[in-house]
Amino acid sequence: MSVFLLHRPGDSVGVATEDIAAGSKATGRLRDSSDTVDVTVTDDVPLGHKIAVKQLAKGDKVIEYGAEIGVATKDIAPGQHVHVHNLKGQRWA
Amino acid sequence: MGLIADSTFQGYRRANGAVGVRNHVLIIPVDDISNAAVEAVGNNIKGTLPLPHPYGRLQFGPDLELHFRTLIGAGSNPNVAAAVVIGIEPNWTRRVAEGIAATGKPVEWFSIEGTGDLETIRRASRAAQRLVMDATELQRETIPLRELVISSKCGESDTTSGLGSNPTVGRFTEWSVADGGTVFFGETSELTGGEDIVAGRIDDAEQRAKFQRLFDEHQDIILAQEANLLGSQPTEGNIAGGLSTIEEKALGNIQKIGEARIHGVLEMAEAPSRGAGLYFMDTSSAAAESVTLFMAGGAALHLFTTGQGNIIGNPIIPVVKLTANPNTARTMSEHIDVDVSGTITLEQSLDQAATALTECIVRTANGRLTCAEALGHKEFVLTRLHRTA
Repeated sequence: MSVFLLHRPGDSVGVATEDIAAGSKATGRLRDSSDTVDVTVTDDVPLGHKIAVKQLAKGDKVIEYGAEIGVATKDIAPGQHVHVHNLKGQRWA
Repeated sequence: MGLIADSTFQGYRRANGAVGVRNHVLIIPVDDISNAAVEAVGNNIKGTLPLPHPYGRLQFGPDLELHFRTLIGAGSNPNVAAAVVIGIEPNWTRRVAEGIAATGKPVEWFSIEGTGDLETIRRASRAAQRLVMDATELQRETIPLRELVISSKCGESDTTSGLGSNPTVGRFTEWSVADGGTVFFGETSELTGGEDIVAGRIDDAEQRAKFQRLFDEHQDIILAQEANLLGSQPTEGNIAGGLSTIEEKALGNIQKIGEARIHGVLEMAEAPSRGAGLYFMDTSSAAAESVTLFMAGGAALHLFTTGQGNIIGNPIIPVVKLTANPNTARTMSEHIDVDVSGTITLEQSLDQAATALTECIVRTANGRLTCAEALGHKEFVLTRLHRTA
């Protein structure tokens, strides 16, 4: 079982704290809470990269740190890698 | 009172009361063409620190004012015992020297026109020799840690920065500010997407308006270029590390101030005048430029968090580097002073990481060299605001 971290409750993405292979089951944890969220990771996600924990439709806001970090440019399913291929910032864009 | 209030270090107290952790004698060129004389004096007199740089001619307006403020700030930094200033013309050279002398420390200045390099080098070397010998006699004394002005900035960030190393600095900043310390942070462009959070932390309305003006001015410059900043902001290193957007980078960046309130807002290289507390300084987000500006504003020690592995140092202030990325801690260990990778595996709490950081700060302040100092990193980079006349 792999582990990743979430910054805030309600975030739509968490961050891998180790390299996670596609097909792995993974548990997302919060620093100051016992709440967890379980996903099956569907892409290879390197350490430091983001994993979706919610279903996101194209155009949905992506939330991390409890705040908007950009907008989904494709539909994103829980467990998918979230990065520049499916997330775009709205500033300087 | 907490760990910061209970901690002391062995440092240098200058004539104006400011406290330093190093004891440099600077040889400062006012302009590019005085570098040769500055380096000759540095070569003649052991224990001096020459600061060659590429600017200082035909600058004007706010760009020239920033040039003077940064050079005067460098000489005025509490890690500096004394300074020799060398420039081509007397008026600008005297202006820099008098700005530094206002701190009460010994300063000598020399202009080259009408004298030539060789005679200037002879006179300046004699002055530098005496200043170095006097400086080496100064003694460290016990000083409360909260009197040490500290700056923070992140570089080659990745998501481990926002998860581990930046929150560690954030916890330290919360402790320091609560105990009467002074901390600077900056990186104006890298607040984009988190600027409302920062503005909401500034209690004083006038200081908040100053922040908004500085932030908007920088946004206007960036937007006026109509460029795609992806690859520059976020950098290629940021993206390789998993950071996707400037907003995400900004939210990670501001973890460095934790939940602390912001006491004041500073122009580039401006020294604080509102007492202790947390200050935002308008800076570039480029590592060497921003650390140089913090140094010129009076920071005597810098905390630098990195994810993918920035290697920056500064000639005047020690740069303490920390990372929460276990790969970087392993592959670039000679650059990392504090490994807080335990914070992202939850094996280390933020309190534990911030305590380890505080211990490293005290040891560094006492005189132990940082990784960057031992490796010889001396990046002194002046910020330019516009083209030369």
